[in-house]
Amino acid sequence: MDKVLLVFRREFAGYFATPLGAVFLAVFLAIGAGMTFFVASFFDRAQADLSAFFLWHPWLYLVLMPAIGMRLWAEERRSGTIELLMTLPARPWQLVLGKWLAAWAFAGLALALTFPLWITVNVLGSPDNGVVLASYVGSWLMAGAFLAMAACVSALTKNQVLAFIGAVVVGFVFVMAGFDLVLSAVRPWAPDVVVQAVASMSFIGHFQRITDGVLEAPALVFFISLIFFALWLNVQALDARKAA
Amino acid sequence: MVLVETRALVKKFGAFTAVDGISFSVGRGEVVGFLGPNGAGKSTTMKIVAGFLEPTSGESFVAGHDSQEDPIAARQRLGYLPEGAPAYPDMTVGAFLEFVAAMRGLSRPQARERLAELVERIDLAEVWNRRMEALSKGFKRRVGIAQALVHDPDVLILDEPTDGLDPNQKHEMRELIRTLAPAKAIVVSTHILEEVEAICTRAIIIARGRMLADCTPAELLQRAPARDPAAASLVRTTPLEDAFRHITLEQAGS
Repeated sequence: MDKVLLVFRREFAGYFATPLGAVFLAVFLAIGAGMTFFVASFFDRAQADLSAFFLWHPWLYLVLMPAIGMRLWAEERRSGTIELLMTLPARPWQLVLGKWLAAWAFAGLALALTFPLWITVNVLGSPDNGVVLASYVGSWLMAGAFLAMAACVSALTKNQVLAFIGAVVVGFVFVMAGFDLVLSAVRPWAPDVVVQAVASMSFIGHFQRITDGVLEAPALVFFISLIFFALWLNVQALDARKAA
Repeated sequence: MVLVETRALVKKFGAFTAVDGISFSVGRGEVVGFLGPNGAGKSTTMKIVAGFLEPTSGESFVAGHDSQEDPIAARQRLGYLPEGAPAYPDMTVGAFLEFVAAMRGLSRPQARERLAELVERIDLAEVWNRRMEALSKGFKRRVGIAQALVHDPDVLILDEPTDGLDPNQKHEMRELIRTLAPAKAIVVSTHILEEVEAICTRAIIIARGRMLADCTPAELLQRAPARDPAAASLVRTTPLEDAFRHITLEQAGS
């Protein structure tokens, strides 16, 4: 476990070693707030809740999480440091977990920095803070799922741009899984069970249930198991490159 | 005592066979030089021994531990300098070496003591707080060596440790390898022939994935063809170069 922590610390510090981390945080906050106030008309709704803020998170993350995750493995491969890392006496899962945790913590930091919004609604009215908290937790978990998928895609290439695009495409499928765009591609050839299974993968559906009310177990289980599955795939991807 | 051993290593990348049945062993006190043209399979062989690549078939052992089956134990006994001495560009030298030491399982006091010793020995004090992207090639290579020595391993695998260094730095690197040699088994790859004479107790010549020779530098010299005065070329060559060209070109012709 201490090796996971060491990888985590190195990787997390890496986000602040260049201006990139600060730029990312600024962009995240600007877009997050911009969507809340201008696109979702936070004030016009005249409701003391943050649903106008959370509403956009799946779309916000679709682009921003791959931007955090794309470097995780692709950069190591490009610079050759992956050879150093993978010949240290650590198991691949320790490296995978440490890297993902660092990206997830960074996303958590970005999310935490939106706290003035939470304070604002509490000043303006009396929101259901339980729902707000549940939404934050759900949002962070969803970010984790996006990041785990981005990390996995990143392990397949040494080109960060390719890793970014790949992660956005995979994320897009999950975001849109409940919509006809994706379902109509599955329906013609797959039995109903499969169509329903695909529909149940919808990020928007699961996330909405969290923001609508309490932290619902199936939605949590969905995001957590997706994270584990993507990280497992990430380990497999590293192993496959060894044998290639 | 045999510390590095490979048995019939084969590595294929698709239809291309990069390593084709390489078997050798290296004992304590030996410095084995991997010689060969570019793309001969030297780096691939080293990557397999270090456990970074899986062989298509065959086995490799570090201090008796299988690089594939028992990778953690094997890597604990191994220091590895990958080709090009890669380093995290945005880390400082100090932070990087401390990271490696911690990953290698050294406690903080142990790491501090060991790194102080290495900094002295490899002359890294002036760049300790510098980011690695700002390092010269020579320093980058030295950091790579320091990284491989942090845990005082029995086995050192150094992929072109002197590549890109100026003559003085090359000399220093060779001195360092020589002083390390008695206590360790060392494998270095190079395509500088004089280096083999300077530091190696044995030379293994690899071309197109195959081992063409495994002998002492002196024996290698004996394989140099007799000079034909009539065919004197414009470029003056050393006997070692003649031997190398003779062995590797002979294979290409066959």
